[in-house]
Amino acid sequence: MAANPDAAQAPPSDSTNHGVRVVAAWLVLSAIATPLVAIYVGPLIPPGNGSVQAQGQTFSNQVMASFVTPVLCLMAVFFAYGLIKFHTRRNEAVLDGPPLRNDSRVQLLWIVITTTMVLFLAGFGTYELLKDGAGGGQGPNPIALPAHHQTAYPVQVIAQQWQFTYRYPSLGGMESNQLVLPADRLVVLHVTSLDAVHSFWAYQLGVKADANPGVDNVAYVTTKGPMVFNVRCAELCGLWHPYMFNNGTVVPQAQFNRWAAHAVALYASIKPYVNRPTDKGGAPFAYSYLPEPTRRAG
Amino acid sequence: MRVGVKLLLVAAAVTAVGVIIGFYVSNLTTLAGSPAYDVPVSMHNGHPVVDLEFQTVAAVGSKLSQNPDWVSYLIRTTGGEWKRETVWDLPANATVHVTWFNFDGASGLRNPYLARPQGMVGNRILVYGKPVTRIDPNLASHTFAVPALGIIAAVPGVPDDAKHPCGFAPCSPGKNSHVTVKFTFHTPKTPGHYRWQCFVPCAAGWIFGFGGPMQTIGYMDGFLNVKA
Repeated sequence: MAANPDAAQAPPSDSTNHGVRVVAAWLVLSAIATPLVAIYVGPLIPPGNGSVQAQGQTFSNQVMASFVTPVLCLMAVFFAYGLIKFHTRRNEAVLDGPPLRNDSRVQLLWIVITTTMVLFLAGFGTYELLKDGAGGGQGPNPIALPAHHQTAYPVQVIAQQWQFTYRYPSLGGMESNQLVLPADRLVVLHVTSLDAVHSFWAYQLGVKADANPGVDNVAYVTTKGPMVFNVRCAELCGLWHPYMFNNGTVVPQAQFNRWAAHAVALYASIKPYVNRPTDKGGAPFAYSYLPEPTRRAG
Repeated sequence: MRVGVKLLLVAAAVTAVGVIIGFYVSNLTTLAGSPAYDVPVSMHNGHPVVDLEFQTVAAVGSKLSQNPDWVSYLIRTTGGEWKRETVWDLPANATVHVTWFNFDGASGLRNPYLARPQGMVGNRILVYGKPVTRIDPNLASHTFAVPALGIIAAVPGVPDDAKHPCGFAPCSPGKNSHVTVKFTFHTPKTPGHYRWQCFVPCAAGWIFGFGGPMQTIGYMDGFLNVKA
């Protein structure tokens, strides 16, 4: 009886349950890595604890990082196990693997787990967003209102090519090129633009809101202790976009009052001109502005 | 070729390309389109002092640019020549006396707040020799602003009915109608590239007056290269 020529090429029978091994390794790695990520890595993820909203964002990042860790562990274990166990050794014939078969239990488990995770994260993210707006611009009619939003201290952020300035409606519309905020206070930021589309990004405060001409984009932030934070434009807005940044400060209320008094005094000289009607070259306080004058513009 | 060698070569190539791109971008952001002008410095009691003279013109003319109808800054060299160079090398911790001749008409400031002189000595400018702490924003023609240093100076425009308007640059302070503004500021102790710009939407024919020469270094924007 002639020998079957394919018999020599057939893969050796393997009774090892690779799936159990992978799952076991994954569970062990996840059990170690997930708490480490949640406890030690999560709190380091930006933007930090500069404001209540920033703290909320950091917590959200912490939760999401904790959820994604087991997924990453599964990928890493699967990849590593495959490389170690199934790679072809030098001078070894390349053999085809066993045929893949459908397993409805695995499919169902995969769909259930991934769907649950995605829906939970979507729900969690929506809850966090609606709780207080999460520092994001909500347009002129915000729906995610923080508690006591009626008493929020208003500050207007005005973007233009290429600088931010700030107006304080409760200080007579005083304008300054410095952003100074009182500590431990809910602040409502009215973000707008005088020309192109910009984006106001107060990084450590966890605030980011688009600045569009003719639009009042509202964002809420609750400051904490005194700090210095970075302000950047996050929308490509022309030649000096990379230079459109400065620092803002959060200071104690008494220090804020002293600064405000000084800034109001400086502003007094230009105030009469600013308060003139728009067609006379003024720009009295409003929640949005249009790109005027356009005298020489096309 | 071994896999390790291949990986090493790929990593080296990626690094080299990255470095080249980095140098290119760095050069682009500091000196794009305009050579640096080394402003002459004199010493007074061991302190560096600079006399900076520039003019602003409504149309730069064909002698100085391929865009003759673009609004522009020009700087006066020690030879008395007007050059279209807006990147200026200045010493750190120096006193800079600015004399600014404006030959252009008014366009008006989009943000009236910027009509208040700030950041220079005394927070005031001299217009025709008279100290001024504000100008009418509606009559502003241009600004010289260095946001990182908090410097903002606006210049009023030449009246529309001026007798000797300047058509194309270079314009002559002795012949053409103009507004003279003077002020003094200090360069920072920290060397660096400090961008400056005009905030008045003065680019005729461009959307919102902020295209073309407002977006091109060498016309209405530049750098103060502050050196140790």
